[in-house]
Amino acid sequence: MCKTCKENPVIIIQGNKPLCKGCFMKYFEKKVFWTIRQYNLIDKKDIIAVGVSGGKDSLTLLYLLNKVLTPQKTKFFGLLIDEGIKGYRNITIEDAKKFCKENGIELKIISYKKEFGNTLDEMLKQKKINACALCGVLRRYLINKYARKYGATKIATGHNLDDEAQSILMNQLKGNMAFSAKLGPKTGVLTHDQFIPRIKPLYFLTEKETTTFSKLKNLPVTFIECPNHKDSFRDEVGKMLSNLEAKYPGTKQSVVNSLLQVLPSLAKQFKGQKIGTCKKCKEPAAKDLCKVCELLKR
Amino acid sequence: MKLDVFIERENKKEKVELPEGSTLKDLLTKLKINPVTVVISKNGEVVAEIAKIKDKDKIELLSVVSGG
Ligand code: SF4
Ligand SMILES: [Zn+2]
Ligand SMILES: [Zn+2]
Repeated sequence: MCKTCKENPVIIIQGNKPLCKGCFMKYFEKKVFWTIRQYNLIDKKDIIAVGVSGGKDSLTLLYLLNKVLTPQKTKFFGLLIDEGIKGYRNITIEDAKKFCKENGIELKIISYKKEFGNTLDEMLKQKKINACALCGVLRRYLINKYARKYGATKIATGHNLDDEAQSILMNQLKGNMAFSAKLGPKTGVLTHDQFIPRIKPLYFLTEKETTTFSKLKNLPVTFIECPNHKDSFRDEVGKMLSNLEAKYPGTKQSVVNSLLQVLPSLAKQFKGQKIGTCKKCKEPAAKDLCKVCELLKR
Repeated sequence: MKLDVFIERENKKEKVELPEGSTLKDLLTKLKINPVTVVISKNGEVVAEIAKIKDKDKIELLSVVSGG
């Protein structure tokens, strides 16, 4: 039974609290709004570019941001990157379009094909490279570039607790602590004037919770997975974390808490990294060329 | 009791037999599925894994993993 109202539970949160539909929806929204306030994610005068993939996390995010931002007249729009992944992105794009149309939200779509000349599928045929390593770099680049072009002052993404815990552990396992310095609910602040700060309002909600929310809200989500995700390092780390979570509830939250505890000193330690400008495309870059120009040899 | 289970991630239907009085958790254990990784619906309603099941219930398991 639900802890508060004795209705049938739809989920057990934090390993031992059964919640009914009504109580869960309230818990979920409260936690997102708390995160926004607690970490000062959004200023009234911000213009928010919401990274939209059409999946459950991004549509949940868009739904909730619409709910808070529209009444306080903060401007926002959806920004969707079409990597060109057949059987996956073409489907989620339709979901995103449908949701935005029904809710009167502006949606901008930028594609790899138009920007780089090839879809991700085509690039992967030509190059021997890890799909997600390439895809992630290209997507972050385009989101930042076009968020800025369209006047955004913040980029909101649908990253959830699972994503964050995975990233933290992946960085740890690969010895990439400098990458962890860039994690947290609010990132990218003041490192380069071309970088738009990123915020993650779903930071403290698990993937199971976001899925449950989107399902109970009947958001137009097709539950499919990118064909490149399976067998990725992230997938493996995610499975391991979920196995631990089932045995020791709260594991994912603890991993994230551990990062939050050391994040200020971590950020200080890696602050020395200078960010310059890419010689070719004039976007922010750590070396002479940005990662995109380097990877695509353009 | 006999159940129809739809596993969305594998797009697969399974028939499962379980003793009377079983819960969804027992079902997941039998299928070797981690409850953390699925949202369960029983006869079209989202339910937690502690729910009891009865003969001919229609169960759907929706994977929460959505890489991308
Ligand atoms: S799973 Fe990998 S290839 Fe697929 S959209 Fe995500 S980053 Fe790109
Ligand atoms: Zn309740
Ligand atoms: Zn460049």
